[in-house]
Amino acid sequence: MNWFTKTFTSSIGRKIIMSLTGLFLCTFLVVHLIGNLQLFKHDDGVAFNTYSHFMGTNPVIRTIEWGLVLGFGFHIYEALMLTMRNKGARSHGYAQWQAKQNSEWTSRNMGILGSIILVFLIVHLYNFFWRARFGTLDADINHNDDLYKVVVTSFHQWWYVVLYVAAQASLGYHLWHGFRSGFQTLGLNHRKYMPLIKNFGYAFAVIVSAGFASMPLYFLFFTNENGALLTSAPAVLHQLALAFN
Amino acid sequence: MNLTSKAPEGPLAEKWDKHKFNVKLVNPANKRKYDVIVVGTGLAGASAAASLAELGYNVKAFTYHDSPRRAHSIAAQGGVNAAKNYQNDGDSVFRLFYDTIKGGDYRAREANVYRLAQVSVNIIDQCVAQGVPFAREYGGLLANRSFGGAQVSRTFYARGQTGQQLLLGAYSALSRQVAYGKVKLYTRSELLDIVVVDGQARGIVTRNLITGETQTHAAHAVVLATGGYGNVFYLSTNAKYCNVTAAWRAHKKGAYFANPCFTQIHPTCIPVSGDYQSKLTLMSESLRNDGRVWVPKTVEMAERVRKGEIKPQDIQEDDRDYFLERKYPAFGNLVPRDVASRNAKMMCDEGRGVGSSGLAVYLDFADVIKRTSAEAVSQKYGNLFEMYEKITDENPYQMPMRIYPAVHYTMGGLWVDYNLQTTIPGLYAAGECNFSDHGANRLGASALMQGLADGYFVIPYTIGDYLAQTAPKPVTTDHPAFAEAKAGVQARVEQMLAIKGNKTPDEFHKELGHIMWEYCGMARNAEGLKHAKAEIQRIRKEFWQNVKVVGSGEEMNQALEKAGRVADFLELGELMVDDALNRNESCGGHFREEYQTPEGEALRDDDHYAYVAAWEYTADNQPEVLHKEELVFENVKLTQRSYK
Amino acid sequence: MAGSNPNAKPMNLTLKVWRQPNRQTEGQMVDYQVKDISPDMSFLEMLDVLNEDLLHQGQDPVAFDHDCREGICGSCDLFINGRSHGPEKGTTTCQLHMRKFSDGDTITIEPWRANAFPVNKDLSVDRSAFDRIIQAGGYVSVNTGGAPDGNEIPIPKDIADRAFEAATCIGCGACVAACKNASAMLFVSAKVSQLALLPQGQVERQTRVENMVAQMDIEGFGACSNIGSCAAECPVGISLENIAILNREFLTAKAASNNLA
Repeated sequence: MNWFTKTFTSSIGRKIIMSLTGLFLCTFLVVHLIGNLQLFKHDDGVAFNTYSHFMGTNPVIRTIEWGLVLGFGFHIYEALMLTMRNKGARSHGYAQWQAKQNSEWTSRNMGILGSIILVFLIVHLYNFFWRARFGTLDADINHNDDLYKVVVTSFHQWWYVVLYVAAQASLGYHLWHGFRSGFQTLGLNHRKYMPLIKNFGYAFAVIVSAGFASMPLYFLFFTNENGALLTSAPAVLHQLALAFN
Repeated sequence: MNLTSKAPEGPLAEKWDKHKFNVKLVNPANKRKYDVIVVGTGLAGASAAASLAELGYNVKAFTYHDSPRRAHSIAAQGGVNAAKNYQNDGDSVFRLFYDTIKGGDYRAREANVYRLAQVSVNIIDQCVAQGVPFAREYGGLLANRSFGGAQVSRTFYARGQTGQQLLLGAYSALSRQVAYGKVKLYTRSELLDIVVVDGQARGIVTRNLITGETQTHAAHAVVLATGGYGNVFYLSTNAKYCNVTAAWRAHKKGAYFANPCFTQIHPTCIPVSGDYQSKLTLMSESLRNDGRVWVPKTVEMAERVRKGEIKPQDIQEDDRDYFLERKYPAFGNLVPRDVASRNAKMMCDEGRGVGSSGLAVYLDFADVIKRTSAEAVSQKYGNLFEMYEKITDENPYQMPMRIYPAVHYTMGGLWVDYNLQTTIPGLYAAGECNFSDHGANRLGASALMQGLADGYFVIPYTIGDYLAQTAPKPVTTDHPAFAEAKAGVQARVEQMLAIKGNKTPDEFHKELGHIMWEYCGMARNAEGLKHAKAEIQRIRKEFWQNVKVVGSGEEMNQALEKAGRVADFLELGELMVDDALNRNESCGGHFREEYQTPEGEALRDDDHYAYVAAWEYTADNQPEVLHKEELVFENVKLTQRSYK
Repeated sequence: MAGSNPNAKPMNLTLKVWRQPNRQTEGQMVDYQVKDISPDMSFLEMLDVLNEDLLHQGQDPVAFDHDCREGICGSCDLFINGRSHGPEKGTTTCQLHMRKFSDGDTITIEPWRANAFPVNKDLSVDRSAFDRIIQAGGYVSVNTGGAPDGNEIPIPKDIADRAFEAATCIGCGACVAACKNASAMLFVSAKVSQLALLPQGQVERQTRVENMVAQMDIEGFGACSNIGSCAAECPVGISLENIAILNREFLTAKAASNNLA
């Protein structure tokens, strides 16, 4: 092995890849969230479809998309490698284990949280990305693919909303630990700045996960199957009854 | 027979340089042909092993710990003395020499002590270069503090953990040589005998404490750096594993044991709280700067305190006896360690001791807290107060601390000449396990200094003198002396396992410790010592008939380890008593009640006892033979101490 | 006979202790009863009582590591009720006192668990992996003699203090024991940052961190997940900041050193 592979197969090297990919994925989350805010515009999805058309066809975005694939790929691969290493470091466990006395639940369960997010990701990609890119969708008034319609329909299925919200909760917890952890792994821990990084990370985790989770909830509770805003309580109840049928 | 120290002639200040020039050297290319065994990896052992390996010798280093870093040197709190005179307060090599000789009550060898003071400055440089994080001033230079027995600030420190930091420095130097392959490290290996071939030390027998395997190791020379024997008292501030076995095995193979009765009692330890107590914890001497020592004035009141009927803070000023301030108005609470210790014992003997056992006196901070503030006191002593509370569950800000003296250092040890060689050629002793530098009393912050001086700067030179006169032929364990020593060790283990008696090694150890503490502790007298001698003989006899050890010798067996150490303590204890009986004077840590000034202070007899008592083992249960090394003082005037 | 508190009531306890004859043989938890335990006893003194009882009954006493019993040598290594060194923060097992427990309690006592720390017997483990990590580079290569004067290089007090704080690690292994991944990063980082902070450590700064991390991986410790259990259970309060320093040192050394291997 040369120095390069040695570096990135060492325990710290793998962690560095985890943190670099993790923080890169955080930037993706920001872009994705801001873009998706178009869903809240009451224009029958015109803005959202324009945005998704741009994302699906712009060559720069399409190139970065490959970076994203690599980012996810390495993040997941290194997670597996590290988990195997860490499990192998203690083959005989304790009879009694009181880790809750000395650490946060989220930081000990990044693997579980990540796995939930991965399951969600597969469903999510199939439902939206795959269909937008490779399926045939109706066209909207601007002749863009009407992805908005797919979104609205999906978010009126209760199980899909539940999965979506649960995944966003997992993402929030994942980020709660992961954001500051990424900085720590890169050695960016300074007693002057660490409190700021920590608090920013907590805020980031809450805003991003709540932001994403608000979309399915909004559509489920407050719009009809066409995405039109419901204005009365009986209408909301009627809508919910449909969703759970 | 009179022993000679082999200290070079000539002016004191030139002796060491002259000696370094005169000792024979081993050619650099030949050094790799010599093997040296170093037993013990504390300050003295680790520094010696590392330095010898750096020179090119092949070193085998042994420790009974799981790592060299655990040696008891690590527990030294205060600091390490060095005559750097960084403070511009008039310190010099001669002053450090003078303070050490005087502090030792004129029972140490001038030439050794002067050399110690000389190399003290190199120790600091060496440790700083290793990355030892000594305390520093805001300007970035090294900080100093003052310590007992000196009027200058010459103590270098790393908060309350100087011993730890110095040991980790020596450990790192040792680790580096292990990585280079120049030191082979044997952990969890306890020395159980010395192998002497044709009158010269040629190897050791060890027991692997994990597997129980008995091993022999050969070398051209053997260095013992195995610490002190304070645990003969059972309760002491020494770590639990500290023992005399290595030194005692050497003694039985022909190394003389010097001044065994010189033990140091530290006045400020946390008192014993119950029969289960396994060891004592030291509270830094610095507490006596601000704390006031007292006991209730009357036995009746003390009794009520012991029963918990009244609290110390409720006792009126008039009902308290600040006995140190009363008896020593000039020095007050800051009298030397031995004086403070003895007086605390006297108060408890009178029945005025406190705590449920009655074996404690108060160290009260109420005055200083009133004078300044609890905060100011916390700044100075916070960590000590915290430790005290952790152990006793009492808050020293609200009620006085309870303290009592405890054994914590032994000045006596294997007799060594100026080269640190014992009376067995090729066998060296370094650090606390030799007797050399502290006389009858050791000054604070001098133990670390001596350990490192011996290991870094003395042994590496002087051992070369011996090796240069030894043929650089490979040594092996083929000589029958190795098999014989090994068989002896195994037989002893088997014997202890075969007894299957009713008393545990710890019970014997406690019994011995009690006798030693009562009769050969802070104050001794002829009658008590004779009684102790008979008692020790009785306990020793019972031990070999009634000790209980289970399991086998071929496994990890901590009770068996303990039994072996206790067996050696049972022999050492008698020699300590003999030595104390022989020394019809009081000096330093050795206080014979028959020999005191009208004021109750130690009364030396320089005409008859200005010598080192070095004892030669003859046979089991036979009296040992006394050899004297007369001490010659050419550079200091012997005076009587007074602290009134 | 309680020292500080004559009214403290003795306790009876049930102990669940890991017994294992040697490295090769599998062990099991065994229940013991101890009676009349004074609240003023240290935890190890309580085990002394158990061992004296066992010895009197002709049974093999429980092997455990200990020595100084004042919290500095780092020998003691018990995993008590699911935590390194037991329930009290910033405390080694030897400084843990029985007053932290109550009459009738059941106490689980296990050895440090990590593949890099094999069990010798019962509660005693082999921590020589730590020694080998130090041997890989945890030193300044300076031979005895020839060191410059101690005051030659001034070191800012805050730097010296931070180096000291890292240097106080007692090498007990509580960090490894508490870590979900059995990672030794806190231990390694303490030594790396001590020497990286000090001017004396600069010369070998890059090779030191490269070699120590390599050895740490060879020994089979897990990686760091920045969980923080290590620092929370460290009896001398070594900070997580040191791990960040280690990561930084490692990254810059790998990026900048001339070592191609």
